[in-house]
Amino acid sequence: MSAAVAVPMATGRVRGLRRGTWGMWMLILTELMIFGALVGSYFYVRAGQHPWPPAGIEKPPLGKISIATVVLLGSSVPMAWAEWAIRRGHVGRLKLGLAVAWIMGAAFLANQAVEYHDLHFGIRPTVYGSLFYTITGLHGAHLLVGLVMNAVVQAKAWLGKFDGQRHHTVEIASLYWHFVDAVWILVFSSLYLSPWLLR
Amino acid sequence: MTTTALPVVDEDVVETAWRDAPGLIGFLTSVDHKRIGVRYIYTAFIFFFVAGLQALVMRVQLAEPDLHVLGPSAYNQLFTMHGTTMIFLFNTPVLAGFGNYLLPLQLGTRDMAFPRLNAFSYWVFLLSGLFMFTSQFMGKAPDGGWFSYVPLTGKTYSPALNIDFWGLGVIFLGISTTVGAVNFIVTVFKMRAPGMTLNRMPVFVWSILVMGFMILFAVPALTVACGLLEMDRKVGTAFYDPLRKGSPLLFQHLFWFWGHPEVYILLVPAIGMIATIVPVFAKARLKAYVWVVTAVVGIGFVSFGLWVHHMFATGLPSQAMGFFSGASLTISIPSGIVIFALIATLWRGTVRWSTPLLYTIGFVSIFVLGGITGVMVAVMPFDWQVHDTYFVVAHFHYVLVGGVLFPIFAALYYWLPKMTGRMLSERLGKWSFWIMFAGFNLGFFPQHILGLLGMPRRIYTYPAGLGWDWLNMLSTVGGFLFGLGTAVSLYNFFWSRARGAPAGPNPWDGDTLEWSLPSPPPHENFAVIPAVSSRHPMWDGVLPAANVEGGGVDAALERQTPITEGMDTVVEDIMQVPEETYVPFLSALGVGIVFVGFLVSQVTVIVVGVVLAAAAVGVWTWRTAEDIR
Amino acid sequence: MTLALLLAKAPSALDPKGPAARDLAHVFWLMVGIATVIYVVTMGLFVFGLFRKGERPTRFTDHAFIVAGGLVVPSAVVLLLAVVTIHTTHRLTRSEPNALQVEVTGYQYWWAVKYPAQRAVTANEIHIPVGEPVDITLTSVDVNHSFWVPELAGKVDLIPGKTNLIHIRADHPGTYRGLCAEFCGLQHAHMDFLVIADPPGLFRTWVADQAGDAPTDVAGEALFSRLTCAGCHTVRGTPADGTFGPDLTHLASRTTLGAVTVPNDREHLAEWVQHAQSLKRGSLMPDVDLSPDQLQAVLAYLEALK
Ligand code: HEA
Ligand code: HEA
Ligand code: HEC
Ligand code: CUA
Ligand SMILES: [Cu+2]
Repeated sequence: MSAAVAVPMATGRVRGLRRGTWGMWMLILTELMIFGALVGSYFYVRAGQHPWPPAGIEKPPLGKISIATVVLLGSSVPMAWAEWAIRRGHVGRLKLGLAVAWIMGAAFLANQAVEYHDLHFGIRPTVYGSLFYTITGLHGAHLLVGLVMNAVVQAKAWLGKFDGQRHHTVEIASLYWHFVDAVWILVFSSLYLSPWLLR
Repeated sequence: MTTTALPVVDEDVVETAWRDAPGLIGFLTSVDHKRIGVRYIYTAFIFFFVAGLQALVMRVQLAEPDLHVLGPSAYNQLFTMHGTTMIFLFNTPVLAGFGNYLLPLQLGTRDMAFPRLNAFSYWVFLLSGLFMFTSQFMGKAPDGGWFSYVPLTGKTYSPALNIDFWGLGVIFLGISTTVGAVNFIVTVFKMRAPGMTLNRMPVFVWSILVMGFMILFAVPALTVACGLLEMDRKVGTAFYDPLRKGSPLLFQHLFWFWGHPEVYILLVPAIGMIATIVPVFAKARLKAYVWVVTAVVGIGFVSFGLWVHHMFATGLPSQAMGFFSGASLTISIPSGIVIFALIATLWRGTVRWSTPLLYTIGFVSIFVLGGITGVMVAVMPFDWQVHDTYFVVAHFHYVLVGGVLFPIFAALYYWLPKMTGRMLSERLGKWSFWIMFAGFNLGFFPQHILGLLGMPRRIYTYPAGLGWDWLNMLSTVGGFLFGLGTAVSLYNFFWSRARGAPAGPNPWDGDTLEWSLPSPPPHENFAVIPAVSSRHPMWDGVLPAANVEGGGVDAALERQTPITEGMDTVVEDIMQVPEETYVPFLSALGVGIVFVGFLVSQVTVIVVGVVLAAAAVGVWTWRTAEDIR
Repeated sequence: MTLALLLAKAPSALDPKGPAARDLAHVFWLMVGIATVIYVVTMGLFVFGLFRKGERPTRFTDHAFIVAGGLVVPSAVVLLLAVVTIHTTHRLTRSEPNALQVEVTGYQYWWAVKYPAQRAVTANEIHIPVGEPVDITLTSVDVNHSFWVPELAGKVDLIPGKTNLIHIRADHPGTYRGLCAEFCGLQHAHMDFLVIADPPGLFRTWVADQAGDAPTDVAGEALFSRLTCAGCHTVRGTPADGTFGPDLTHLASRTTLGAVTVPNDREHLAEWVQHAQSLKRGSLMPDVDLSPDQLQAVLAYLEALK
């Protein structure tokens, strides 16, 4: 009595986003809202105040951070290249791309640490400092997680867990990496650029 | 009625592949969405009864003027924990529990998209609940109200740990809510049985999908609100401190950007439940399915533009607030569409007077009144009178109890037989309903009048002679009656576990896929994945097996289930359902330890937690689905 | 209790004594009318549906029904209420020229009241001239509070770092209870105040009295200034200049103590001074240990602060 309905199965390459990729996109959506809420808070607090940054604090210097920004955004290139390579089965290039991206990310983080050291305002005395350190710090924490993920993927690559067919983990990790890069644009333009552009 | 044409299989053989280990081990390691779902519901109900008892203690204190049952400190802790528990630890999780239990069954699959994440989200929920309640046992429960406005909750005015339990607990719980929402969304998009196109999806599934997206957009604002609060408290930052140019109002904006959508996060799945149950008991298809789904999606969207209606008295520019006032009024339109679609459905059918239907009557008659008072308070100038009075307390109990709790009871009477395999007593169910209904209206209607007579909320006592005395007494009596009604249902539950009649697969002649399975359903749900060709598969002819890869018994034996893609649900891949594992529990425990570390400001504790969580997550992600296959 | 007699009526929003509250009461009754119709009709249709049997055809199609009930009627109501909102908001936020200026500052569990132009200072009691517009600016020194006199107007919050404004006017002489409507801590329940609408002449004498210093050469002044009281309370014209608690310069002219917690008579004053914490647990006025002699002297002194 079993009436069976044959439903076609898409053969070969998966057609849509995979489960894990979907999950990561949804996570990114939420994370984006977190950064959105923080940046929103920044502008909300700022709207009621002149001057901004408050008296006694200079506008954020743009020199080093601009270079660091280029490095961070640039790290998406080797990451994308690594992902492209593993789709074609090149494990060696995957490892290389991951490593280059890792170094660029780490360099950005190092610059951040130096900047924190150099800045002459603290997190407590004014809300400006609170916002500045909290938002950049949260972004830094995300980057740190990205670096850990990157390293885990690297380790898995060395253990031979990826090939042209199996590399979903790489896709997910690189998606997250691109997100951390992209959200920096939001952070950079509001925390660093806006004090110069808007008054 | 549908005759299932699924092939007959030896359930026992398939089941052994899916069965959990016995005892405590199975309890800690299970990833079965049904076990997790039921566990969510039971845990949430324990919180419900605790929060209900808290409310009754409050009501005793308020029964007469100038009573001294509770001091101000105890009272403040009670209403804060009552509200917090009801919203955070009962309502949201209990709905997530139904979502967990029902989504795979209604979609025709063998588990959620991320079974281990599902277990994780339960453990985080439980641990965060225990975290918050630890404070109560220490006599240091949060006491700033369920929305904990700064500056009162800042370090200066609340130096003790009370508020930290709240702020950290809420962030902690947010993790559970968020990953749960991700799981729902991906399950809906990737796990539908062949033929289960979007326009055939049960309304309940739609409502959970909308809920999931709303959570992803809303909860971050809450996390940020509480995160900045805890930064201020623990690190000494200046976010909410006006003396250092911070803004107390920022907290209110952030909180309500979540808080307002949150009440619809609760309402939307409740609508989904009602719109499932009414057609079954009216023996008629839901009228205007598309309208209802559109309305629910519309509620989801519009709800993000209303938050300022909780801040009408803060003195923001009145033009800006007027915009939010108008937007709040418009939300009555989608709500009205839902109500009238239900009424139209009833008109087309013949009603069967079972307990679940009674509770839907409770929903309509109470929710519409609560909605109308909502529209009244949305009229900004009028809200200036009743804001922060018992009028608002009455409004939100009408919508929360009528609009959410009654649907949850309807859902319990409807789906518990599926979960436990035994029917509940109809006689007790009807008693419970009528007592709850009478008690509720007796208890909460007078609160409208109290508010208009000038009684503010959150006062632990009041003087005699203001005309508030007898109304408060009525309210207390009604509250107790309502509690008694819920107790009857509690008794009914235990009675049914011991003595209830066996439910059989489809006791109510329901239309959705879960009713094609035995009660309780076997561990693998569907030994053979069905092919869906209708919105009401159990009412429309036969339910054939879908002859797809991953859908057959052979796959079930391997703990596999198909993953589908797109509108037309083409099978694109096969998912390996993970075995039982300690990893989700340990990860949640690690995260919990981190929060305890923050609470007591001990770096070592935080480090221990991070290490544990990282290790567990490491093990978890080291073997991915790809590696298992 | 005298206090109960004094105020034995509800501070009811539906018993308006000023133009703002009257507008709002009208809005309320209008909405109750609309609500009743909507509720009765909706429930009627619903109950009819419950008892209707079977698939008998109805005149309406389902969609027409849903569109009418869920879209057309609510839209009309929403539009009407939007107009009401705009209109009423406009009326209530309109400033009137020559309004009397009053500054109210919220403190945990009491209200500081200032008449800047008249240089008068008092606490927990706001006198206003009947029939004249009054602008009250509101702010807080600690946490959020909310200023609400149901019989006169709606409420506006007092938020630290922000200054808000409310317009009130009383059309009849009388004493109206005000309440703090925003949860502000342990004694949020006992943070009331009185708005006393006097005939204009009476008001002006009152305000002139409040502006003056305390009567001089009153026995007990030296003692009071020596005690801890002076660290928290101001009595103008004496060395006592604390600002943590209410100004006591003309305490004896006030009707209540502790933000309308107890009436201002000798018995309660004695109790308050020694055991404020049992009358108002958690308030920021400590219990003060006084010898019987000191107590009598302080009471006599306070009662002389007319
Ligand atoms: C499930 C929960 C829930 C739901 C569904 C609602 C629904 C609504 N709420 Fe409510 N609300 C709360 C929970 C909820 N609320 C809570 C918890 C608070 C207090 C928080 C706190 O301060 O602690 C609150 C507070 C609150 C306020 C702030 C009050 C104040 O603090 O001063 C406002 C103001 O606009 C408001 C408005 C509304 C409106 C317009 C709706 C609408 O969605 C209602 C729409 C429904 C209908 C109107 C009925 C059906 C429609 C018809 C039959 C069609 C015809 C009807 C008309 C045209 C009127 N709510
Ligand atoms: C879904 C949400 C929900 C529900 C169901 C309830 C249910 C009840 N609520 Fe609550 N309430 C809120 C959400 C809810 N409340 C919120 C969000 C607030 C705002 C808090 C704030 O201001 O911060 C609030 C505030 C609030 C106040 C205002 C306090 C104040 O402002 O000072 C009052 C006062 O009467 C009250 C009363 C009640 C009563 C009597 C019930 C009754 O329905 C309770 C019925 C009783 C029971 C259900 C218990 C029955 C007990 C048993 C059956 C025994 C079983 C025993 C064991 C298992 C051991 N609630
Ligand atoms: C630590 C500060 C402090 C000290 C010391 C103190 N008070 Fe007070 N007092 C307060 C505060 C704060 C209030 C307001 C309490 C409230 O209503 O919540 C108050 C209120 C009062 C009131 C009621 C005023 C009103 O209008 O309601 C009187 C009278 C009073 N104090 C008298 C005294 C006397 C007399 C002494 C000394 C013997 C004294 N106080 C010492 C802080 C203090
Ligand atoms: Cu001040 Cu409540
Ligand atoms: Cu709202």
